[in-house]
Amino acid sequence: MSYFAFLAEHGPTLLLGTVTTIKVLVCSTILYVIISMIFGLMRLSKNPAIQGIATCYIEFFRGTSLLVQLFWVYYVLPFFGLSLEAFVAGVVALGMNFGAYGAEIVRGGILAVPKGQWEAAHALNFSSAKRIKRIIIPQIFPIILPPAANLTVELLKATALVALVTVVDLTFEAKQINSITWLSAQCFGTALLIYYIMARFALVPFLRWLEVLAARKVGR
Amino acid sequence: MEMGFRWDFAYQILPQMLWATLNTIIAAGVGYAIALVVGLLFLLGQRTPSKIVNVINREIVEFIRSTPLLIQLFFVYFVLPQFGIKLSAWLCGMITIGLHFGTYLSEVYRGALEGVSKTQWEACRALNFSTIYTYRKIVLPQAFPIAIPGMGNYLVGIFKDTPLLSTIGVAELFHAATAVGGYNYRYLEPYTMVGIIFLTLSIPAAMWVRNLEKKVNVAQGKVKQ
Repeated sequence: MSYFAFLAEHGPTLLLGTVTTIKVLVCSTILYVIISMIFGLMRLSKNPAIQGIATCYIEFFRGTSLLVQLFWVYYVLPFFGLSLEAFVAGVVALGMNFGAYGAEIVRGGILAVPKGQWEAAHALNFSSAKRIKRIIIPQIFPIILPPAANLTVELLKATALVALVTVVDLTFEAKQINSITWLSAQCFGTALLIYYIMARFALVPFLRWLEVLAARKVGR
Repeated sequence: MEMGFRWDFAYQILPQMLWATLNTIIAAGVGYAIALVVGLLFLLGQRTPSKIVNVINREIVEFIRSTPLLIQLFFVYFVLPQFGIKLSAWLCGMITIGLHFGTYLSEVYRGALEGVSKTQWEACRALNFSTIYTYRKIVLPQAFPIAIPGMGNYLVGIFKDTPLLSTIGVAELFHAATAVGGYNYRYLEPYTMVGIIFLTLSIPAAMWVRNLEKKVNVAQGKVKQ
């Protein structure tokens, strides 16, 4: 069977899987950005209890393997009466894991905002909530976007793991086709290529564009 | 089925889990050793004067870095036998992890080499040192401390990615947990124990790496003691 015949027969299935992969990527990106903002701010709180919770969360999710967390969410939570659909379980595990890494990036970004900005906001008698919201947060984007872009590419790669908890994504479809046809080189090779194209020619240029946009917004 | 955490069951499977942990540690260690060497090879490809080699090297690194380790594992495990190369799951896993993380380590090496000031090279040129002597006595001793934190981080990273090996049938910790869970139809204890074992191993390791990083920063004079 030539490669083109293979593509004609199984290409549409792989593309359907790709759509699911993109859905997982988008949902877990939204979740991880929210979590990293919240825990990044909590990590800098002066209240030791809030700071402690954030530190525990970050250490826990960075200390264990993503696959273990994923299986825990999908197979163990039902023991506690919380059954999640495979897609939701995958998104939650990915979002919470990458949120922990993202929180450290946000924390670093906030610390990197020049001290004068904090002092100026203080001198103008801004409340601390307003200071964070209006002065500090808008300035962290050019700082945090380059490391966050790397993290998002890692996230795209990590979405492959959700196939192991029966989410029908690109990896799942590739495995499925492999077990039917045993054309391993074709189906896994094509899957690798699709991931590569998504990362290199869609995700990375988009994130670079965001970086330029953020830098322009703060006048750099 | 009984709900809640069963301590007796956890205690009963503990020896099995600890044995499997040993396998995980071996897998991480061997994978890391291969990655260290592969990283050097990619670094060589990057620094050879030939433009074509540079470009090919960069594209290979870029490709490996932007595709998931899981599919790379499947690719190596299922495709190599089609070309008549029959390797065990262990060997496939080690090679794939070595290749995947080798690309990351080559970046660490590159960053460390570039971290050595250009004037050091110029001084060696002025003193008529040979290239090999310059690397061995001047550049590498200065580059190595810069590379240590990154190298440590990837050691922890490899350790946390070893559960992926269970998908091709390497009998490491996660594989053991899945087997035990399937046999007794209880996943709560095995998976929770895997999580705890990972935490107890990777948090001290991460703290050790952070400590090293601080020491290196002090030694480099970036931070005052």
